[in-house]
Amino acid sequence: MITEKIFEKLKILADSAKYDVSCASSGTERPNKPGMIGNASAWGICHSFSEDGRCISLMKVMQSNNCIYDCAYCVNRRSNDHPRASFTPQEVSDLTIGFYRRNYIEGLFLSSGVLRNPDYTMEQMISTVKDLRMRHSYNGYIHMKVIPGCSRELILEAGSWADRLSVNMEIASEENLKFLAPEKNYEGILKPIRMITDRISENREDRRKCRKVNKFTPAGQSTQLIVGATPENDRTILSLAGKLYSHRKLKRVYYSGYIPVNDYDRRLPVLSSPPLQREHRLYQADWLLRFYGFSVDEIVNEQHPDLDLVFDPKMNYALRNPELFPVDVNRADYQMLLKVPGIGVHSANLIVSSRRYSRLNSDHLKKIGVVMKRAQYFITCNELGPLRKVTGLDPELVRHLMLSGQKPSGAIQLPLYQPAELYDKYLK
Amino acid sequence: MTLLCFDDTFDGFLTLIFESYRLKIIPDKIIGKSEEQLFLFSRPVFIPAEAEKSDRVWNKIIERTSKDNADRIYRVFMSEVPGSRMLIYEFIRLMTERNYNIEADFTLRPVLEINKLHRKVAREADRIRMFTRFQKTAEKSYFAAFSPQYNVLPLVINHFTDRFSDQEWIIYDLKRNFGFYSDKKETSRISFTDLPVNPVNGQLYESFHDPEERSFQELWRKYYNSIKIEERSNYKLHRQMLPRRFWRYLTEKG
Repeated sequence: MITEKIFEKLKILADSAKYDVSCASSGTERPNKPGMIGNASAWGICHSFSEDGRCISLMKVMQSNNCIYDCAYCVNRRSNDHPRASFTPQEVSDLTIGFYRRNYIEGLFLSSGVLRNPDYTMEQMISTVKDLRMRHSYNGYIHMKVIPGCSRELILEAGSWADRLSVNMEIASEENLKFLAPEKNYEGILKPIRMITDRISENREDRRKCRKVNKFTPAGQSTQLIVGATPENDRTILSLAGKLYSHRKLKRVYYSGYIPVNDYDRRLPVLSSPPLQREHRLYQADWLLRFYGFSVDEIVNEQHPDLDLVFDPKMNYALRNPELFPVDVNRADYQMLLKVPGIGVHSANLIVSSRRYSRLNSDHLKKIGVVMKRAQYFITCNELGPLRKVTGLDPELVRHLMLSGQKPSGAIQLPLYQPAELYDKYLK
Repeated sequence: MTLLCFDDTFDGFLTLIFESYRLKIIPDKIIGKSEEQLFLFSRPVFIPAEAEKSDRVWNKIIERTSKDNADRIYRVFMSEVPGSRMLIYEFIRLMTERNYNIEADFTLRPVLEINKLHRKVAREADRIRMFTRFQKTAEKSYFAAFSPQYNVLPLVINHFTDRFSDQEWIIYDLKRNFGFYSDKKETSRISFTDLPVNPVNGQLYESFHDPEERSFQELWRKYYNSIKIEERSNYKLHRQMLPRRFWRYLTEKG
């Protein structure tokens, strides 16, 4: 029965859960089983988009927004005067199934504030998920938060019901985490992350021996880092992310531009708006790490510890390494094509398959979907303007042309307000 | 002008291609039976569908290119976009003329066009998977209706059959006036003459709804409005991801 109270709770507990950015439903391919409701699709399906442009795939909701901790960056910290509510396990599972059957959502994302102690909270969440799987015969996607500090048994049980588990790191350095959340420490957060990683690989081994062994978190684990609440630079953040990907085999690291939810707390910076551009650049860098074969050092290094807000990370990489360019699209290997600004995974694939039949020219590249506005400075194909071919790549000039929005097709017209030294170089 | 006409089905279309090769007729235009009356002066030649002939063309496409490519062609056919049939025709001509697998040679115009159009259709199919909204009926079954841009319902129906295998449902294309009905065991094509549906938003009339349906729609709207982060508002991105034409059928936008 849907009562007024459910409406109120849903409002409060969705509102409290919304700062968790993860909404992915990908990573598990699971067909429907007879007599059950639901399946999971490997690519994930979004079901709606909220007015901030973010995808709504899972019903993101908290079991409870009561919390015994007092972390400065969190909207649900115990010292906040904030409407509080708790769902019973049945209430969450009934809502989930009601939404799922109407195709509103792809699954459930269950999180919670810490009630009494980590174990008690985890038990509550597990009974929700268990109810959903057992009573409703639900076979769709579930993402569950793991509360740091809960017992190993509870993590193992959670992982047997859920598709994905996540433990949020939140702050990219231990020192600042302790500053903002004195009750937390890195060991406490890394322990469950390690435990999940190890269990996943054990499970994979077990399943290789015997197919009947049930899967443990088939969609892997993820985490979230808040960006801009503490002074870490992008190099620190991306190095941490890089390690989480390589050592801990995480599926995703999410970056969440800090939203000043507790602006009264003096330990937090005063921001006029959330650092959305920085967050966007971090995601671009993350993509370069995961799909483009870049290493962290190629994206950020000692001289450039922060990502450039004006140009994307790949463009910056190209401008810092002019000796690698121009790349001949008709000969360069796939890995090198991926390093060219304006060429993505899709267009690199098309280039590789099309050039077997004929030499590609800029017209073909445009049709294939290469963003010539960026790529033109870094490639050669059958025909190309004399300036770039003869002099190679000049980072300063490219930077200037990109910023002034010029279209240097054919001869480059140097604008009048160009710095004098560039004139000397090109008009000689 | 040579006009060839088929019975609006994919089988009929492939048979037409077969016959055009057999009879050595190169069509200037390929039209469906439903468009026949649009032509005053030319006499279209009608070619009836024959399963055997259409199978031969289909298998030839797979043999000379790949199954993926054949599926791509089917999707392009389902786009129902003017010119898409001639595009497929040109593609098949190229396929038979060249002595290599042309499916990845994007320097050929039809190959590139087929790929672009297939991506658009696939995108629309994705959107149907995303934006279909079921309403629970008084008979405890589920109903959804909308008007997709391309004829993609047949392309995605397996997804719904698999996922919602333990509930009875109907998904209906209001624009093309047909849909699919699943009774938990089988999914079959259906067509209604008088649906008790408001064509503006695809909602069943109130009396057909389950007593709790209204509450669930209200809950979903509540959830939708609670989940947005005011500080991050981005309406441009929002509209790009959730195109306006779907809004009227979406519960959360109602």
